Amino acid sequence: MTKKLMKGNEVIGEAAINGGCRYFFGYPITPQNEVPEYLSKRLPEVGGMFVQAESEIAAINMVYGAAGSGARAMTSSSSPGIALKQEGISYIAGAMLPCVIVNMVRGGPGLGGIQPSQCDYFQATRGGGNGDYRLIVYAPNNLQETADIMSEAFETSDYYRVPVMILGDGMIGQMMEPVEITPPKKKRNLPAKDWATTGTDGKRKPNIINSLYLNPAQLEEHNLKLEKIYEDIKANEVRYEAYNVEDADVVCVAYGTTSRIVKSAIMECEEEGLKVGLIRPITLWPYPDEAFDKIKKDCKGLLCVEMSLGQMIDDVKIAANGRWKSYFYGRTGGMIPEPEDIKNEIKKIIRGEK
Amino acid sequence: MSVVYQKSRGLTDVSTHYCPGCTHGIIHKLVAECLVELDILEKSIGVAPVGCAVLAYDYFNCDMQEAAHGRAPAVGTGIKRVQPDKFVFTYQGDGDLASIGSNEIVQVAHRGEKISTIFVNNAIYGMTGGQMAPTTLIGQKTTTCQDGRKEELAGKPIKISEMLATIDGAKYIARVSVDSPAHIRQAKKAIMRAFQTQLEGKGFSLVEVISSCPTNWGKSPVEALNWLRDNMIPYYPLGVYKDWEAE
Repeated sequence: MTKKLMKGNEVIGEAAINGGCRYFFGYPITPQNEVPEYLSKRLPEVGGMFVQAESEIAAINMVYGAAGSGARAMTSSSSPGIALKQEGISYIAGAMLPCVIVNMVRGGPGLGGIQPSQCDYFQATRGGGNGDYRLIVYAPNNLQETADIMSEAFETSDYYRVPVMILGDGMIGQMMEPVEITPPKKKRNLPAKDWATTGTDGKRKPNIINSLYLNPAQLEEHNLKLEKIYEDIKANEVRYEAYNVEDADVVCVAYGTTSRIVKSAIMECEEEGLKVGLIRPITLWPYPDEAFDKIKKDCKGLLCVEMSLGQMIDDVKIAANGRWKSYFYGRTGGMIPEPEDIKNEIKKIIRGEK
Repeated sequence: MSVVYQKSRGLTDVSTHYCPGCTHGIIHKLVAECLVELDILEKSIGVAPVGCAVLAYDYFNCDMQEAAHGRAPAVGTGIKRVQPDKFVFTYQGDGDLASIGSNEIVQVAHRGEKISTIFVNNAIYGMTGGQMAPTTLIGQKTTTCQDGRKEELAGKPIKISEMLATIDGAKYIARVSVDSPAHIRQAKKAIMRAFQTQLEGKGFSLVEVISSCPTNWGKSPVEALNWLRDNMIPYYPLGVYKDWEAE
């Protein structure tokens, strides 16, 4: 297959099919509408099913039912819609159902706006719904990476029985880039879904998909079982890109679309002889703490750049663990940081003016 | 010695948590008997609600999913779309279905989803301790309308069967009661019919079962059934509201 010029939201759709997804349940919201539109046409062509639900709440609960039936199912939405799905996501996490949720983040709070934003970092990584649970959260920064991550997401989710979230933003969803959609590279040994509710056929005891444990000792046991899976994920699924980190006087930290703008700023700094590095988390949870260990001791500071008022900065500080000063620069509401402004922030840190 | 009656194998062999005099037990039994008599128990997937029947997944002897409050029809949709050849039913109370899940129940009917719903209407929130439901009768006392439900504050009780019968995708809608042997027999017939509606691929089906809640109504089981007959059935008339074969 050769590269094809595609729009981000359509890449999500085609790569989902490539990853084995056959069921999509969604509700319209800008800026992700091309995902359901694309899949409404494509899924029936591959023997799958598209359902336009009556609400985001219903859509995520349809995913619950489908995933509990053993299918590879997904939903996509944008910020306010993802907020509505949080109840369902928590139940899915509690019932240990695999699925994929896409959030093409737009500005908030409330109805907010429809321009790109990264203001849902907390919601994605801190558990937007109730309870002790985690999602595996990927934040691609280009469409080829989006295609590769999306293609693998269902397998990863099936393997751990933990829902996967793809955190994009309006920019990732709307831009076009050449993409090659190839079969998932990472092949895992997947056990049969013998827990799925497919009818007993008179051959086994009933299966129950459930997140209710009225006995607190049993709930604690269940949560510890989840925690063990989360520890496995932390040990095996961390992904990041590190650029010139070892030698840098300032290390920038940015993900998704913002990381591309930061990279431009870093290139310009390099032309001026400045040593600036970049840590780009690809998994937002588990967070790539280990990437920070390569930063030199006398690095003048870390600069976290986000399209928000500062959310990932908390994880940067946790990873830095007091070893370096952490600074923040961000734009919010759908406004996008300019390379020039990022450069100025970098220089202020180097000059000791921050 | 021959066995003349035994517990349906559609039910698991455990004691339920239901209060004395509660009619959930009878309704469970009828649903289980229908699943067995139609020979669909082994290909059934049930969806339990949030409410008194939250633990129904422990009682029905088939695959079960436990849904979030009000979302059983959406969960059932997901199951049925993946497994169109299986039998899917939801079992929901009036707080679950008529209040928080009213959109889901309307839309599942609207899509003509080929699933069946057992809707247990006892005019009160049972599990949380007796609060007002959308189905609570005018003047009926609950913990959140201690002087009785007032129309000017809470409106009149919602009539789910009548409402759903107006939706094209709903192919069988009936309201029954389980307060007497005669009514129990009629209820079973309605449940059979609802299940057959799904098996024949016609569309959505629902049986509303008028039920009692002696604990939260503050009545003995017998008083509760009398109150049901005197107050609930006049407001919620029994009968078949929609039948695809009659059309």
